[in-house]
Amino acid sequence: MTSKKNIGIVKPKIFKSLIPLKLESGEILTEYNLIYETYGALNKKKDNAILVCHALTGNHHLAGRHSSKDKYPGWWDNLIGPNKPLDTNKFFVIGVNNLGGSDGSSGPKSINKQTKKLWGADFPIITVEDWVSSHEALITSLNISKLAGVVGGSLGGMQAIQWSIQFPERLNHSIVIAAAPNLTAQNIAFNEVARQSIISDPDFNKGNYYEKTGRPKRGLRIARMLGHITYLSDDVLESKFGRKLKNKKYKYDFSTEFEIESYLNYQADKFAEEFDANTYIRMTKALDYYDPSKGSKSNLSKVFKKIKSKFLVISFTSDWRFSPDRSKEIVKALLDNNIDVKYAEITAASGHDAFLMAEPRYHSILKSYFNKMLVN
Amino acid sequence: MNLKKSNYRYDFPIIANWINSNAKVLDLGCGDGELLNYLKKERNITGYGIEKDPDKWLKSLKIGINVLQVDIEAGLPEFEDNSFDVVILSKTIQSMHNTEEIIDEMLRVGKQVIVTFPNFGYWKDRIQSIQGVMPKSNELPYSWFNTPNVHLCTIQDFDELCQSNKYKIINRLVLTDNKSVRFFPNLLGALALYNLVNS
Repeated sequence: MTSKKNIGIVKPKIFKSLIPLKLESGEILTEYNLIYETYGALNKKKDNAILVCHALTGNHHLAGRHSSKDKYPGWWDNLIGPNKPLDTNKFFVIGVNNLGGSDGSSGPKSINKQTKKLWGADFPIITVEDWVSSHEALITSLNISKLAGVVGGSLGGMQAIQWSIQFPERLNHSIVIAAAPNLTAQNIAFNEVARQSIISDPDFNKGNYYEKTGRPKRGLRIARMLGHITYLSDDVLESKFGRKLKNKKYKYDFSTEFEIESYLNYQADKFAEEFDANTYIRMTKALDYYDPSKGSKSNLSKVFKKIKSKFLVISFTSDWRFSPDRSKEIVKALLDNNIDVKYAEITAASGHDAFLMAEPRYHSILKSYFNKMLVN
Repeated sequence: MNLKKSNYRYDFPIIANWINSNAKVLDLGCGDGELLNYLKKERNITGYGIEKDPDKWLKSLKIGINVLQVDIEAGLPEFEDNSFDVVILSKTIQSMHNTEEIIDEMLRVGKQVIVTFPNFGYWKDRIQSIQGVMPKSNELPYSWFNTPNVHLCTIQDFDELCQSNKYKIINRLVLTDNKSVRFFPNLLGALALYNLVNS
């Protein structure tokens, strides 16, 4: 049932590409599937389509529910829907699971048609550039010659940047939230710890665990805990948990004593049950590799020369993994090229994860920007 | 634009007069974006505004201004030397801490600099001072306890700053109630507008 403010029940679709995709790594995917969902309707002029790119652990399921029994809606349901900031009464919104994902697009968990076996560890490493190439094939299959916009937070923001570099003629707006033009050494370091925790789990079995050992849950748990801490801020952890105890007194053993430990363990368990390890390590690799400026800050301005889309760039004050300074690097390179850009720094306590939350100022900016897009 | 409609916009046409058509303009402290919007219509300018206040920022966004939320007290590191034709600081200088630095930065980034400020030497302000209260006026509507203004100055003060820092004044205009003030501007003028370049 579609209620006034919500998407209601949605059904994913599959796009099958038979055109080989040459990857950045040099490997070739001869054919691939992308699972995607759409919300709202494409108008007659086909100029109201917005592609939403997902981050590390996201997927194509942006909003609404797959069945009335679903406990939670899609991951960006607070933003997308009828009369929501990204209003599906006005826009045709597309969500797609990236290649290498594990929610229905070709990835380690899918069958390699050539060998008729699970891809497993053999699934190639996919980059942001490869994702954008595959998105473009999907958009073309939907008969959309130009997107109204590409939106993404974090790794999704990198895709929104890359879209504007790779297909400058195919979009009008790039909305880049809590992103960076590349990862810092510290960020790569966090990713490597997460990967090593997975890879060194004996159950990982070099990535071939689907039929043998089952999920490398220990590695996934640690990777998730580490990630989760870094995506939040010190302040928000302090205000949410502080030194609150699970029980009234210390037990002087290694069981869960503090609320924060309990919370992390809960998040870790949930993640280890749901998320695919091969996908996780590949997504972090895509983050690490992304660097349109090829290591030189001044080069970013040169790379941005070809950009034709307009930009909205948003950062969050407490985000220390993708700090406002990194967003300002993007803004600077846009300014160097006289590109239309709006930049906001949102005061928010939640750290990197703030981009997923419905902070009023953040959502009112997005709402205003989307509305303005339609007028122009 | 109806000049009488809004009291605080009467300086817009003067600023527009000092700006060439199609100029690239940076407005520091652009507020609701109305000055840039006016200059777009009157002079077909392109450019950007900087505004740190979230509500004003959003107003600028809503009328289509390229508005950036950065702190100008930290200088203008996002902008290259001579990358703008004009940099404007309209009724903002009095609330800035690093006054000299920002004018230097404006002259680095822009070929031409426009600064406007409420003249603290205006006779109505002086009278209030003599009466023993902090001056309040159309240009300075705040009370002493809630004013954002930390560096109020008079026309004479600003002239001296220009002289000592070698800012070349191309034009100077002093206004009171939308009328140009020629005699005793430091006493009779409420708003001062300066058009500067590097000498």
